[in-house]
Amino acid sequence: MTDVPTYPHADVVLCPGGPLLLRGKHVIEDSSGELHETTRRVTALCRCDKSAKKPWCDGTHKLLPEKLTPS
Amino acid sequence: MMLPKPRGPLSAAVFESMRALPTEPVARTHPEADEPEDAAITLWALYELSYRGFDDVDETAEWDPDLLAVRRPLEIDLEGRLRARWESYASPHEVTADFSADFFALVAAHDGRSLARFVQTEADEQQVLDLLRLRSVYHLKESDPTAWVVPRLPTASKAALMELQYDEYGCGDPNRVHSHLFARGLEAIGLRSEYGAYVDDVPLEILEQNNAMSLMGLHRRLRGAALGHLAAFEATSSIPSRQLSQGIARLGLAPDMAAYYDEHVEADAVHEQLAVRAICGELLAVEPELRDDIYFGAFTCLDLEDRLAEQLLARWGAAT
Ligand code: FES
Repeated sequence: MTDVPTYPHADVVLCPGGPLLLRGKHVIEDSSGELHETTRRVTALCRCDKSAKKPWCDGTHKLLPEKLTPS
Repeated sequence: MMLPKPRGPLSAAVFESMRALPTEPVARTHPEADEPEDAAITLWALYELSYRGFDDVDETAEWDPDLLAVRRPLEIDLEGRLRARWESYASPHEVTADFSADFFALVAAHDGRSLARFVQTEADEQQVLDLLRLRSVYHLKESDPTAWVVPRLPTASKAALMELQYDEYGCGDPNRVHSHLFARGLEAIGLRSEYGAYVDDVPLEILEQNNAMSLMGLHRRLRGAALGHLAAFEATSSIPSRQLSQGIARLGLAPDMAAYYDEHVEADAVHEQLAVRAICGELLAVEPELRDDIYFGAFTCLDLEDRLAEQLLARWGAAT
């Protein structure tokens, strides 16, 4: 038995009502086939489809009525 | 940076004491502050001793017990005022088992007037430059007050805070340090970029914003408030940053400054999730008794920004 815990730590995190967080370097192919490279250690990918900076999240999901936000 | 201009009898006397160290001991008594600004600039300068200091003040001043004795009542007064505002806030926040949802709801429900929206659609060049001067007092030390909180946190919250701070501090690349990006933006737009260049020009509201962050950052007791402040700051940044960037572009001002705000659109869309879910969430998992302080810090961030917006929009004659 140890008192020193192991912490759950995911590389891909679905944020309720908001983006998908992606840890690490990735190349993302968007729906039109265009490639986008991540530039930071943690990246937020838009899941609500309303971002003006797709594929990245720009916070627009917060302006949407709840039924239009990703679960 | 040199000491700022005094704004009343207290700051005049304390700044004189600061300059005289270490040759002469700090006076045991100082006059009362005659205006809130006098107290605020005094506290701001005393805090600055823990950041970069002043060229005209000896470095030992930071831990001079007599200066700390001047600082303490000013801090108690500031914290008391901030807490009284929080307690009189009309709509109490919801507390459910889902902290992140509650927190985002609190921020969304808080609808003060927005400087960013005004800049996006109406502000003229002088008004934008005015705002950037005021913002520079914080942006040139962006994230520094929060860095003090790191050693005070339990493991998971600490790791999450460092993940965010690492990005703020450029991921190891000095060119990408956010305060440096802001300095470049200032220079490109024709403003002074040296640290603290515009302190003498800023109103009480800006001094209070900066002092509140230093207060929360420097006192371990207030770690919850510091992180609540951070989370609210990040959660109200990405959309306003886009508006500021658009306003700067609308006026045809320096693209480097627009780029600083553009960088914050995407960065802060990440940071708000980290700050609320991981940094505050993990802190609460270990220290649930800090919940109220987290909300106190968050409210303080939103409220001080409202006060600044009211003050500036009134000064600019913007319609209500
Ligand atoms: S999920 Fe954030 S803008 Fe779409």
